[in-house]
Order: sequence, then structure tokens, then C-alpha cells
Amino acid sequence: MSDEALIVLENVNKWFGPLHVLNDVSLSVARGEVVVVIGPSGSGKSTLCRSINRLEPINSGTITFDGKPLPAEGKALARLRSEVGMVFQSFNLFAHKTILQNVMLGPIKVRKEKSVEVRERAMSLLDRVGIGNQAEKYPAQLSGGQQQRVAIARALAMQPKALLFDEPTSALDPEMVGEVLDVMTSLAREGMTMVVVTHEMGFARHAANRVVFMADGQLVEQAAPAEFFANPKSDRAKDFLSKILTH
Amino acid sequence: MDVFSDSYNLDVYVTGFLWILKLTASATVCAVVLGVLLAAMRVSPVPVLRGFGTAWVNIFRNTPLTLIIFFCYFGLYSTLGVTLSDDLELNNYWLGVLGLSIYTAAFVCEAIRSGINTVPAGQAEAARAIGMTFRQTLSLIVLPQAGRAVVAPLGSILIALCKNATIVGTIGLMESSNAMKELINSNGNAVFTIFFVFAGTFAVVLIPTGYGFGWLANRLAVKR
Ligand SMILES: Nc1ncnc2c1ncn2[C@@H]1O[C@H](COP(=O)(O)OP(=O)(O)OP(=O)(O)O)[C@@H](O)[C@H]1O
Ligand SMILES: [Mg+2]
Repeated sequence: MSDEALIVLENVNKWFGPLHVLNDVSLSVARGEVVVVIGPSGSGKSTLCRSINRLEPINSGTITFDGKPLPAEGKALARLRSEVGMVFQSFNLFAHKTILQNVMLGPIKVRKEKSVEVRERAMSLLDRVGIGNQAEKYPAQLSGGQQQRVAIARALAMQPKALLFDEPTSALDPEMVGEVLDVMTSLAREGMTMVVVTHEMGFARHAANRVVFMADGQLVEQAAPAEFFANPKSDRAKDFLSKILTH
Repeated sequence: MDVFSDSYNLDVYVTGFLWILKLTASATVCAVVLGVLLAAMRVSPVPVLRGFGTAWVNIFRNTPLTLIIFFCYFGLYSTLGVTLSDDLELNNYWLGVLGLSIYTAAFVCEAIRSGINTVPAGQAEAARAIGMTFRQTLSLIVLPQAGRAVVAPLGSILIALCKNATIVGTIGLMESSNAMKELINSNGNAVFTIFFVFAGTFAVVLIPTGYGFGWLANRLAVKR
């Protein structure tokens, strides 16, 4: 992990009507860093995550990615998005495409890469996430855990500079959570820059470099995982941790 | 059936229906192309385009087709001198196609838009997240999945279009309703025969069309 920042948010504000969902949020994520975002429901974690690739436009403040401010729209924005992978809670695999097509579509249509080369890369990514033998199936024929691993492979196929995860395991049956977290952990070890919204405290403890705690649209506290879980400073964080760790 | 054994009468009948088929075919192509464009406008991120699409739908869906066809003839052609062909009959034909397309496109647009709404928002979001442009997202991800929900209402719209094509008779094209009127005028004793033959021909063409679209809708089903 180098100290050079890849993602920088400065004084970001976002409103949904009267609701102040991101309140003066500043956050910097270094290359190779894994940041886990936690916080109560409705605190703005998803919105923060989605603002980084501008799926959610912000009202004020600045976001820079790899040294450049986020483009407002059009081709430049599409190019930026192709450099930032995103994994959704509900997988969102393209329902009318096979698993292999799901992974190949971005590189071919967005990057205009040659199909032969992309196919090779896609297959090795699918092997890596353990779905190589299901390449010709359709998303609906796979379990949730398998679909989410395909979604990760789809994001990786674009060779992104960073990956955003918005509660990637929340829609999964408990026995499938592990297989997805394993893939994420190995990506973290390899030095992928990751912003992960999750309730999986185990993942936060052993894979994150930093834990960021959000409440009511504000970034309340951030620290290394060991420190954060042992010594939360704010009352909000203490309260939150006592609620989730007692179960 | 004596009426139709007369070769002149038979010719009037056949020509009338051929006009209907040609009007339907040309207007289908134009209305579907225009309808897809309008639907794309209505879901686009550009407010001006959205406004244009919405205005088109609201204006033409709520104007009687007869009025639109009359406007094409009396407004565009007679008053403004817009000529679509040097041949008088073909000119009426193309003015008819124009009016039918403008009108039908509004319905096609709404069928496509409601089909688009059946595709979960996450699909378009995932497409945008890997860097697809608005056009790619629509054409590669959303429209193919909207297909099933669009096809059934599209079938009804095209069936209505075929029947609506008879309105072009009001601006002088000898399509089937004019043909029927002519045959009735000269064969007052065979009104029912004439009526049933014309109605039957529409049914013979349109009933299989309806089933065809139903079959297509099932073929296009996407598993979730
Ligand atoms: N598109 C939207 N329109 C209006 N309000 C929204 C929209 N998206 C989110 N919100 C509201 O913004 C607030 C923050 O939402 P966000 O999804 O970022 O929270 P979250 O921290 O991810 O919560 P959760 O843990 O439940 O996923 C919530 O109160 C939510 O209801
Ligand atoms: Mg959320």
C-alpha cells in the first residue's frame, strides 16, 4: 500500500430532498488500501459508495479519482466508471446473458478489446472465483453466492483500479457468505484498492486497513480495525458496536 | 358471391386490401423506429429530449387519427405544398403513412417505455457501472430484456394500426373501406356478402397476427 491517494472525497454533501444523506464527508483512500464502511441503516453508506463512481451525483464538494475530478457526464464519465468496479448487494448480473457473456461484455463493448483475448481472461477469472465450470449457464441457474462471485469476476474483467462493494453478502444465505468473503479477502491481500460497505465484522477485522464509521450522513470516526473494535471513541460507534457484537 | 366473380369488382377488392397491407407495412416500420427513438428520449438523462418525447406522446395519443390524417392532407399537402410523390395516388399513400406513423409511434413509445419499466433498475445500474454509455445500456441490456413485455402490447398496437389504415380512405386512397363503399354503391343487393367478405379478410389476416405475437412473447421470456 502506497501513501498516494487514489480516491479523495472533500466536503461532500448530498441531499435527497430535505434529507441530508452525506454531511460534509471527507475521505481519502490510498492505492492498495482496503477501507470498510460500517454504520447503522440509513446512515448514507450506500450513497457514499455510489457517489464514488457517480451512480449518485453529489450536490457539493469534490471527488477525485486517480488525481482527476469525476467527470459530470458522457463518455468521460463512462470511462471513469470502467476503471472503478462495483459489486452490488443484489448481484445485478445481466439476466439475458450467460455467465461468460456477463464477464466478457464490458471489455468487448466498453474497452473494444478482442473477443479471443477477453475470453481467455474471463475464463481464468471465472476459474479464480470457482465458477469456471458454469460459464455457459444463465445467472438464474446459479446460487446467490455463485452469482456474487461472478459479479466480482465481471468487475475484475475490466481490470479496474479500485473496487466498490455495497453490502456484497447481505442478500446471501449464511452458508454462502464465506465463499464470497474468501474471494474478497484474497483480492485485498493482492493489493486491490477496495471500499467495502459491510456488516461482516470478521472481514473488517482481518482484511481491512481502516474502518470508517458513519452515522446520520456524517463520517463519525475512522481507525485501524483493531483499534476501532477495541477502543471506539464516539458514543455512536460504541452504541453501534454493542448492538451488533452482542449477537 | 356473384359480386366477387366479376373481375372488375374483384380487382377493386384486391387492390383495396393491398393498399391496407402496404399502409400497415410501411407505417409499422416507421412507427416502430420512431417509437423506439421516442422511448429512448423519454428515459434519457437529457431533460430536453425527455420533454420532447413526453410532448409527442401527449399530443398525438390524444388527437383523433382522422384529424391527423386530415392535417397531413389539407395542412401539409394542400396548404404548405408538401409533396411526397408526383403520383397523386402515391402521394396520398405516403401522406397516410406519415399520419399513421406519427400517431402509432406515440403508442409504440409507451409500450416500449412500460416494457423498460419491467426491467429491474439494477440491470441498467450494473451496465453503467462497468462503463457502458446510455446507448449501450439501452440497446445491449435494457431493451433486450424489455422485449417480452413489449411484444404483446405491440401486437395489439399493430392490429389497431392495420384497421386504422382504413382512415386513409378519407383522403382519397382506394383502400378497402373505399373499395367496399364503391362495391356497395353498385351492388346494393349484396350488402351483407360484401360486408362479410371485407370483415372476414381483416379477421383472416389479424387473428393469426395476434397469436403470432403471443407466441413471440413467450419465446422472448427472460428467466430471473
Ligand atoms: N433514491 C433515493 N431517494 C430518496 N431517498 C433516498 C434514496 N436513496 C437513499 N435514500 C435515503 O437516504 C438515506 C441514506 O441511504 P443509504 O442507502 O445511503 O443508507 P445506508 O447507510 O446504505 O443504509 P442500509 O444499511 O440500510 O443500506 C436513507 O434515509 C434513505 O432512505
Ligand atoms: Mg445500503
